[in-house]
Amino acid sequence: MPMLRDLVRKVAAKNAGPFQVTVDVFCGSAEAYTRVAPALSDSAVADLFGVEPQLLRRFDIPDLHVIKFSMPRPVVQGSRLDRDMHGAQFASLLEELVI
Amino acid sequence: MTTTVLVPSGVLGLGFSQAALERGIAQGCDVIAIDGGSTDSGPHSLGTGLSKYSRAVCKAEWCALMQARAKLGVPLIIGTAGTSGTDSTVDWMYEITCELAAELAQTLRVARLYSGQDAGFVISKLAAGQVTPLSPAPEIDAERLRAMTNIVALAGAEQVQAALETGADIIIAGRTTDTAIIAALPLARGEHPGACWHGAKIAECGALCSTHPGTGVIRVTFDKTGFEVEPMAPEAACTPHSVSAHMLYENSDPFRLYEPGGYLDVRQAHYSALDARRVRVEGSEWVAGPYTVKLEGARLAGYQTMLLAILREAHYIANAQVWAGKLVSVLSARVAEQIGLAIGDFSIELRLIGVNAAMGALETRKSLPSEVGALCLITAGTQAMADEIGRLANPFLLHMPLTDDEPLPTFAFPYSPAQTSRGAVYEFALNHLMALDSPMEAFRLELNEVGSRADVA
Repeated sequence: MPMLRDLVRKVAAKNAGPFQVTVDVFCGSAEAYTRVAPALSDSAVADLFGVEPQLLRRFDIPDLHVIKFSMPRPVVQGSRLDRDMHGAQFASLLEELVI
Repeated sequence: MTTTVLVPSGVLGLGFSQAALERGIAQGCDVIAIDGGSTDSGPHSLGTGLSKYSRAVCKAEWCALMQARAKLGVPLIIGTAGTSGTDSTVDWMYEITCELAAELAQTLRVARLYSGQDAGFVISKLAAGQVTPLSPAPEIDAERLRAMTNIVALAGAEQVQAALETGADIIIAGRTTDTAIIAALPLARGEHPGACWHGAKIAECGALCSTHPGTGVIRVTFDKTGFEVEPMAPEAACTPHSVSAHMLYENSDPFRLYEPGGYLDVRQAHYSALDARRVRVEGSEWVAGPYTVKLEGARLAGYQTMLLAILREAHYIANAQVWAGKLVSVLSARVAEQIGLAIGDFSIELRLIGVNAAMGALETRKSLPSEVGALCLITAGTQAMADEIGRLANPFLLHMPLTDDEPLPTFAFPYSPAQTSRGAVYEFALNHLMALDSPMEAFRLELNEVGSRADVA
């Protein structure tokens, strides 16, 4: 079974302010987008990041071949328990999700 | 009539191509606007009221921009000055500006727009039901607000417009939204509001919306129906794709962007290539709403000491997490017993580099690394106490065996002394909106003449 990174061009994550993280799946082509979008489930993503499913927001953007996920940060940015100040390594977690 | 904004880079201190800047100057503009910071590096700047970037680098870049401003005779604006846009970082930027004015023999009118909030003011707004939490938001009350070391409100276009109306040559703004400093003048001149906010969002990171982000300089022109964007470095290009994709950047919602007084809706935006390097955008809408500003605040969360030990013994690499769990328990018990601290008054955390230091409990990979870095972070109420716990932890981090029946290991401390005092650590303590009776209700404007013929601050 392939990982997400085998099927798409790039996955990028960034803080959207200190309390939210936003992750963009750049599929790279219409074909990849059509294949990945239905196969990438919200519950799998919520589970991976340890967030409640109702707090996960998903935006499918066919014009850009991008699927965006936004969620409360698993840990608030810069709090004592935060391990990644810029929230970018969350992308490397999502890209290894088996689809 | 149109309004052109030149954006030298995404943030002062990050650098820009001087050649690209000169090309932008040659083409002219109505205002030069640059962002001075963000929350991206964490709460330390807001907590301390200090800039994260080198003063020398900021001064050198600001010097180039002050010269550009003088050549073009247009206003120069910096928003969120000094990384967090506190009153102290505004004054830091003002001091740099005064030094440069003297060095460059410029006489200037400089406006300072302060975004710092007095705790008492926010408390009265809270009592009046005018402070509402976003999601998720830390709990707040009068005591917590008073304990914050800095509180700022994010200024929008209206406050920057008030600064522009003073006729200032240079505007040093405290915390603003990333877009406000770019949108302010075009909005004031009656350009299309949706285009003003959307173009500002596209341009706020400089050339990040182009094919060559490192070149920095971007030029945006606003008119009555849309906006056009072009990178100033000749090797860079803005394409419909690169521009439309920029709404994704650092934004939870790719279609909506909230600003004081409303939101930008880009769902009907249409992107077209004017040529190989320039893009025109139409169809973005500004939707007006109640006038609220976002609040940011930081509170002191303790003082830290850190130690690092490298584990290369195969037996300890294979059992690193069990060893780490045992170490934290043993140390916590010892601190309670021998130093006499209550469990809630300190914390000892061990992060395993090579195992799950970046992802913690979310880590999915399972493999054995060549070595493990045991990063020990100790937090306590004072630096002296954090250091004392560090000294207690030292021999355990170096020698604690996995079980009592095996010989004592000796791990690798990479340097001596083994512990490093990290100083005060802070946390973001606000994620709230504050309703204002008028845009300037929570902000203050000061105007001074500075330079060779005036008093230097």
